[in-house]
Amino acid sequence: MALMRASSPHARSGDSTGKVMLQVAAATVPGVLALVLYFGIGVLINIALCTATALACESVVMKLRGRPVGFYLRDYSAFVTALLLGIALPPYCAWWLPIIGSAVAIVLAKHLYGGMGYNPFNPAMVGYVVLLISFPVDMTRWVGPAEVIQGAPSIGEAFALVFGNYNVDGFTRATPLEIVRLNESVLLSRLYEMEPVLNQGTIAGLGWETASFGFLVGGLFLLFRRIITWHAPVAMLVTLSFISLLFYDSGSSLSEGSPALHLFSGATMLGAFFIITDPISGATSNKGRLIFGAGVGLLTYVIRAWGAYPDAVAFAVLLMNFAAPTIDNYTVPRTYGHKRPRRATDVEEQ
Amino acid sequence: MTAPYGEITRNGLWNNNPALVQLLGLCPLLAVTGSVVNAIGLGLATTGVLTCSNLAVSLVRRQMPDTVRLPVSVMIIATFVTCVELLMKAFTYELYLVLGIFIPLIVTNCAILGRADAFASKNPVLPSLVDGFMMGAGFTAVLITIGAVREILGQGTLFADMDLLLGPVAKDWAIPVLGADYPGFLVAVLPPGAFLVAGLLIAAKNAIDAGIERRRSQRVRIVTGTKRVRVTGKIT
Repeated sequence: MALMRASSPHARSGDSTGKVMLQVAAATVPGVLALVLYFGIGVLINIALCTATALACESVVMKLRGRPVGFYLRDYSAFVTALLLGIALPPYCAWWLPIIGSAVAIVLAKHLYGGMGYNPFNPAMVGYVVLLISFPVDMTRWVGPAEVIQGAPSIGEAFALVFGNYNVDGFTRATPLEIVRLNESVLLSRLYEMEPVLNQGTIAGLGWETASFGFLVGGLFLLFRRIITWHAPVAMLVTLSFISLLFYDSGSSLSEGSPALHLFSGATMLGAFFIITDPISGATSNKGRLIFGAGVGLLTYVIRAWGAYPDAVAFAVLLMNFAAPTIDNYTVPRTYGHKRPRRATDVEEQ
Repeated sequence: MTAPYGEITRNGLWNNNPALVQLLGLCPLLAVTGSVVNAIGLGLATTGVLTCSNLAVSLVRRQMPDTVRLPVSVMIIATFVTCVELLMKAFTYELYLVLGIFIPLIVTNCAILGRADAFASKNPVLPSLVDGFMMGAGFTAVLITIGAVREILGQGTLFADMDLLLGPVAKDWAIPVLGADYPGFLVAVLPPGAFLVAGLLIAAKNAIDAGIERRRSQRVRIVTGTKRVRVTGKIT
């Protein structure tokens, strides 16, 4: 009789990296649909450009590293990175922005650190931040929602904006977060009546709230499929709500915005469910994920309220990526049978 | 005994390059290499100080008691840095303003103290002089390479503002490599760009070394029938 000699785990779910990544990609669909509905096909152009570049870079690097190209392309991790970067970029930005961004994400942030599973920073966020600090003007021009600007750019206009020298300024509007941050003169309630982006929406600006809701739905799908755990997203959203409530001061002209605005505008929901749940660059234990998420929530608010950039999720995620190894070290779970957890920094007793 | 000048030169420029191998003096290396002119300015200043301090330290090496070896070296280096600073103030004032604190900070450049302590305090005058100059040249070469890459990527130009260093002759030397309407890749000018370019240069050097090593090991055939019984380490 042959004895089974395979080591644990013995029960496997049959999930491969590729399957997980495809479900993550599928979960972004509601949010992406909402973005397309309000901001037009620029979103899809960004995603297409990012995906093409990312897959090309992944193939070239894998070829250079002497690894099987097809095998690594089929884990779809490069595709998800490109997808998230494409969603984060402003629609109708010049064609070279997505190309540079996803090349940086795949080559510098992922493969220079050793490739899939070894990158200390979230590649999509590295690509985004490199673009944001390199080309701040192009990266902070968001088109307004279609209703506010009397119709999103048509397909012809979209291609002229992306590939030609058509100027996007005619379509751009300040984002809800920018409007509230730059406001220093009127009460928030008055601001919500004045600004078309805010008064046509419900709580956090037309278009933005719908897209955020879409990403929330996608995130709940991932939770339901047990691809992500609740710890990091809940910690981030609770911390962000709490601190924005603390500084809300019931809506004076110097207020930094209500919790609803911070939760349902900008990249909060995308970040909470799709970025900080990255199993590679985030913390690994459940307690660690709580701390990681709370840190991202706190930093997001601090940078949004008192920083110079219009949104902060990318910076907050990268800063917490720095902290993740330290968090992991202090949140190692106790192994069964041991009195206390063994940390990497513990001094070995002689 | 004749000093091995060829080896000193190879060490300074390549094998033991202060910037790429010893990783010394990284602070100025990363801080002022935003353009070629800054890189050349700081490189020349560092080379001058390094050559002179190596010469001086080597001259007094027999008089230096071991207990005050480092303070003496630092005093000598500081003296030459002050000379260079005054010279730059006199002849290239605008460049002096651009480089700012990094000229006086040459005193704390570990590459200089390192060479004074590791080479000049143990070797005769002439080899020390050559070593200082070659180490400085190696350092300058890396500075200029990083400066050129960052200037091209960051501003799309090469040799812009060379008149700060060379006078009005070099007024029009700026070459718009990437065209006049290049938007500028800001990250290359910022500190992360310096780290990235320096890291890639180190990787390139290691790749070249590995290539040379591979070719050499292919050429050298191991002589069969060696009589050594026990051999550890690399056999060539």
